Amino acid sequence: MQFLQAYLRNPAAAFGLVLLAAVLALAATAGLLFPDNPLGLAGRPLQWPFSNPRFWLGTDHTGRDIAAQIFHGARVSLVIGFVATVIAILIGVLIGALAGYYGGVIDDLLMRVTEAFQILPNFLLLLVLVAVFGSNMETIVVAIGVVSWPPAARLTRAEFLTLRNREFVQAGRTLGLGDARLIFGEILPNALPPVIVYASVIMAVAILLESALAFLNLSDPNVPSWGNLIGGGRAVLRDQWYVSAIPGFAILLTVLAVSLVGQGLNDALNPKLKNR
Amino acid sequence: MNPVLSIRNLSVALPPGADRPYALRDVSLDLGANEILCVVGESGSGKSMTAGAVMGLLPERVRATQGRIELTTGAAGDSRNLLELGQHELRRIRGARIGMIFQEPMTALNPLRTIADQVGEPFRIHTALTSREISKRVLALLDDVHIPDPAAAARAYPHELSGGQRQRAMIAMALALEPAVLIADEPTTALDVTTQAQILRLIRELQERRGTAVLFITHDFGVVAEIADRVAVMQHGVLVEQGAAADVLNAPRHPYTRALIAAVPALTPPPERPVAGEAVLTLDKVSKTYRSGGLFKRHKRVTHAVREASLTLPKGGTLGIVGESGSGKSTLARCIVRLLDPDAGSIRFGELDLATLSHRAVRAHSRHVQMVFQDPYGSLNPRRRVGDLVAQGPVAHGVPRREALARARQLFELVGLDPEAVRRYPHEFSGGQRQRIGLARALALEPSVLVADEPVSALDVSVQAQVLDLLASLRERLGLSLLFITHDLRVAAQICDRIAVMKNGSVVEYGSAAQVFGAPTHPYTRSLLDAVPGRHWTPPTTGADDALAAA
Repeated sequence: MQFLQAYLRNPAAAFGLVLLAAVLALAATAGLLFPDNPLGLAGRPLQWPFSNPRFWLGTDHTGRDIAAQIFHGARVSLVIGFVATVIAILIGVLIGALAGYYGGVIDDLLMRVTEAFQILPNFLLLLVLVAVFGSNMETIVVAIGVVSWPPAARLTRAEFLTLRNREFVQAGRTLGLGDARLIFGEILPNALPPVIVYASVIMAVAILLESALAFLNLSDPNVPSWGNLIGGGRAVLRDQWYVSAIPGFAILLTVLAVSLVGQGLNDALNPKLKNR
Repeated sequence: MNPVLSIRNLSVALPPGADRPYALRDVSLDLGANEILCVVGESGSGKSMTAGAVMGLLPERVRATQGRIELTTGAAGDSRNLLELGQHELRRIRGARIGMIFQEPMTALNPLRTIADQVGEPFRIHTALTSREISKRVLALLDDVHIPDPAAAARAYPHELSGGQRQRAMIAMALALEPAVLIADEPTTALDVTTQAQILRLIRELQERRGTAVLFITHDFGVVAEIADRVAVMQHGVLVEQGAAADVLNAPRHPYTRALIAAVPALTPPPERPVAGEAVLTLDKVSKTYRSGGLFKRHKRVTHAVREASLTLPKGGTLGIVGESGSGKSTLARCIVRLLDPDAGSIRFGELDLATLSHRAVRAHSRHVQMVFQDPYGSLNPRRRVGDLVAQGPVAHGVPRREALARARQLFELVGLDPEAVRRYPHEFSGGQRQRIGLARALALEPSVLVADEPVSALDVSVQAQVLDLLASLRERLGLSLLFITHDLRVAAQICDRIAVMKNGSVVEYGSAAQVFGAPTHPYTRSLLDAVPGRHWTPPTTGADDALAAA
């Protein structure tokens, strides 16, 4: 309760939460408002928004309803963002925790692996993974998760380095607790807040990565994602710009919502910023 | 007496939501030229707020709401109310008319600038001296505060000096412009006892030579006895008693002062307790060496943290290990509970040699030797309920959870806490209560040896006395043997049967408490005992118990 109060005291964070709720509402009502397949042909192609009451956001170059794609696309974007983030955080926390807790050779080894991932631009790595493993939605989500974990690992490792020598950890060791219990039961709960905050950044980037793939026609074409819609509108960008602009605006708002919520969490979880 | 600094009816308000509305309430103090006024109190008494109000350096959202702080500014005796001055005028007074020394010289000095640069800063800000003249003055100042080799110290960076030397540099900086008032906020608390004695002597010497008025803030009655001309005692933001040092120390009138003084441990050990001849723990030539540095031999640094320490802990007795920081006493304690692995030697516990057990075996045998930590805030996991913390050890050793939690309630009662409190989180407890929780956690495994690493040094003096009493009574009731590590000789005198003095990793003296305090043989032990602040003052004992009850 106190946490919620601290969170809502920040107007930007409250706004972010409202935006995120709006995107969630889009995703939740997609099936109700647009029960038909959003990728099915609906009418004459390239109708401008508000020109036909049946398609209030217009239709794209193949005659599909843009509004239906926006609503269903919200589902896809959120699922991509969420699942990819969970994968990235799981890998990152595990590697960072082991490296930070054990130190020495294990740390060196794991950190070199992390650096190997970090020196490649992650979009390039993503392209390689998609080229090798194909571009259906599952592989894309996993691939985004696999390219996004290194910063989470570094953050977790840094937290573990400072926490592992704290007296409460030593106390646990003198009580005879095993390594697994010390790592996951004692240190990890104290190391998590900054990682959770960082997860919002990963989520925003994951949504953008999928859109970028779709823009290059490398995403799953059988899924109504916002990126696919932008990619499709590329050919008519000069005359019917709304085809790309509407999903672009949706992506902007979603990423903004996730970032604002992350920033708000950071402020609420960081006691040093209290009473400012 | 004509006061240089006069605080009249000062009240300082805390922001709404703090644990009390006022940090200071109606405080009136006079500080005369050429005297040292000690402001004493426990944590949260408002003693540092007083200094902050004078310097105009109160924390954010804390304001003085009432009263005056008069500082005599001219020779004619005209004075200004500091609370009415703007930031610009205050800056002209800070450093020039009022100097300040802080508790931790390492953080009060800028690590990126040389000592000469920082000590010379007041001259650059407040005077028009040439840089040549300034560097001459800086050298003279460093010489004044008795820094060995002032020229080299002037060129050094803060991390290249020892703690004592850094504090001397801070004092040089504070006194650079010969201020009329010097505010010292716990200036010796972070220092070792022998360094503390030197710094106290230095402050006294400079104060007498220059006739400075010193406002000295401390929590330590030993320091008060050592240095004060007059004493002011504070409690919860209220000034409860002030008077000449001899009067307050030897015939305190206010019940709170009486309780505080009664809680100060005496430096003479109580009559010897009979201790069993049988040893529960025998250390034989335990050594721990740290090696650090590069691939090549010449870059390697070797630190002998513990050198061939041989000690015995009698069954049911208390062995105190005393020494200054860096003496290796904490390393030795961590070797015994195997948080560190000793390089050589044996630690005999019954049939076992704790020094050579494998890590798996250590985990199984950890229940026999348990540890109590120093920091009551850092030693409890903030995200677990305290009952879980206490039950954790038995659960790890295979006791069913329900049973362990029931046992935790009993332990809470044993250490003087409410058994219903097991469902709360560590931050809901005070420092002394947390230390009791740490004790309950260690006792949950029913150890026969308890290793206590500075268990009371983070606590206020009255709480310290209660925790020491608890330790002593648990030792009797549970038949515990106690290894007690401390830097505070007064505490050691009260609780220890045997005492080992460590210096640079070696045990230099080992004997019964009466021997070590009454007839020390090693020169280092003697210098430690000579450095204890207020060693010539014996706290009055009359009515102490009534006073404690009244407070």
